[in-house]
Amino acid sequence: MKYIPLIWAGLWRKRARTIFTLLSIVVAFMLFGLLQGVNSAFDKGIQGANVNRLYVQNRVTFTEPLPYSYLSQIESVPGVNGVAWMSWFGTYYQDPKNFVFSFPVDAERYFDLYPEDHLPKDQLNALIHTRTGAVIGSELAKKYGWKIGDHIPLHSTIWTKPDGTSDWTFDIVGIYEDPQDPARATQFLFNHTYFDEGRSFGKGTVGWYIVRIADPSKAAAITQTIDNLFANSSDETRTLTEKENAQSFLKQLGDINFMVTAIVGAVFFTLLFLTGNTMMQSIRERIPELAVLKTIGFSDLSVLLLVLGEALMLCLASAILGLAAATAIFPAMRDVAGVVSLPMIVIAMGLGAAVLLALVTGLPPAWRARSLNIVDALAGRK
Amino acid sequence: MGSIVSLRNVVKTYMRGKQPVEVLHHLDVEIPEGDFLALMGPSGSGKTTLLNLIAGLDQPTEGELTVAGERIDRLPSGKLAKWRARNIGFVFQFYNLMPMLNAERNVELPLLLTSLGSAERKRNVAAALAIVGLADRAKHKPSELSGGQQQRVAIARALVADPKLLVCDEPTGDLDRETADEILGLLQTLNREHHKTIIMVTHDQRAADFATRQLHLDKGRLVESPQKSAA
Repeated sequence: MKYIPLIWAGLWRKRARTIFTLLSIVVAFMLFGLLQGVNSAFDKGIQGANVNRLYVQNRVTFTEPLPYSYLSQIESVPGVNGVAWMSWFGTYYQDPKNFVFSFPVDAERYFDLYPEDHLPKDQLNALIHTRTGAVIGSELAKKYGWKIGDHIPLHSTIWTKPDGTSDWTFDIVGIYEDPQDPARATQFLFNHTYFDEGRSFGKGTVGWYIVRIADPSKAAAITQTIDNLFANSSDETRTLTEKENAQSFLKQLGDINFMVTAIVGAVFFTLLFLTGNTMMQSIRERIPELAVLKTIGFSDLSVLLLVLGEALMLCLASAILGLAAATAIFPAMRDVAGVVSLPMIVIAMGLGAAVLLALVTGLPPAWRARSLNIVDALAGRK
Repeated sequence: MGSIVSLRNVVKTYMRGKQPVEVLHHLDVEIPEGDFLALMGPSGSGKTTLLNLIAGLDQPTEGELTVAGERIDRLPSGKLAKWRARNIGFVFQFYNLMPMLNAERNVELPLLLTSLGSAERKRNVAAALAIVGLADRAKHKPSELSGGQQQRVAIARALVADPKLLVCDEPTGDLDRETADEILGLLQTLNREHHKTIIMVTHDQRAADFATRQLHLDKGRLVESPQKSAA
């Protein structure tokens, strides 16, 4: 602790240079926090996938529908103990930027297969018995201030009605919650019957089936059995585990992980040179001062640690500011990341990266300071 | 009083390119405790080299070097650093203060290497600044002080850990006559009243006259001094 004023003073010897370097590192760590936060949120979704659920979708692409008639055949496969379905409704509320994740479902089957989505029994009954009824996730309700009893119009970018319009109206009859991950309760679920009767095309089809299996170890065999059932039909299927399905969905957006790693890697590579150069320059300018420290009894190791301490203080302080900024901004990215707060793992990774950055950029000048020959340095020969 | 510095047959050789250059030739010197010694000689005579050896900043090529009861020619670098912290106070020609630290923090530097607590360090710093007459300048940075005041801060830094020996390399070389006399007077006081052994390298005969003894070097050898010569 007693060396901190000395380290701090060394850091601020050239105030402007330190501020500019600090700002560069702050921006880099803010970018790291935001990008890695999105990546981590997606990854969390994949890792949290339910091992008992399979997804049956059209082999051509997941946007192609499947016949409703497949339901009974899938239900008859040994090992399957529940089937539900969903379709992609593709809607926004009032303005195209207000995208809403909305899906027509069979309410009973859906909430049976997704026990993590908690919906009170009376609200489930209300959904079943209200043709235009809809239940929404608690996060979605919070976002738009919707409540039970509200009459909500949504505009579908895909599904038109026979009169050519694409505006659908719904009555909110329930709000579900996901206690384990409240931030994921963002869906808008409504009755498939209302959807199927109201649409002008595609009647008798569903987007995909969700299958619950009793034994996850038999997932591969059941997957194969289901796909074999529909082989050589006009709508062949591709069955995936929930985890594979989530990964496949994210791949449609691009290889997020690769993009994040590439951008963050490029930023940190640049940062290495910037910070390394600042540290080297700072030490070069202070050779006589370091020689004086050694003269009055600071050992080679103490001098090395002082210089490393400066690099560590600069990188850690900047990383903390950058990650704090990312934490403040992150809730605004809820629609992209699906979570409201920066995951702790990202903050820990950021601090780890700051320590690594400090070691890599601080070690060469620290070693130079350690190796200083006092007599040469005092005589200005180094 | 016994010797605080004892050199026996000390040789120092530097390599200039591939050529060895002997800077000090088989020196035998004894400096008693409590002495105020002026080390004089022309440029290149080896006086700063000798001072560096005595202060433990450099190692002799040959010979025995005992300072403050320790054979320092045998000490490895880490132990030598600790030894310097305990036994030696340094005063340089250009003060060599840390520009970003105020006077108080500069003086405190040697005490960071001790086990003293913060309050005790503060007390010792205040005492050292009072001895050099700069108690009221404790919060000033070097850039806010005159050359003479900076050298006083440097002397306070050299004194604060209560070393046995003060080594001063041209301590008045960068000061005007009047300020130089003040600094030399201060060194004299430290020697007389605080019983500090002082070794001072200087070109200046007027500065050397403040010392109790003078030692003259020429081309790496001790020569007879015209006045106040070493015994």
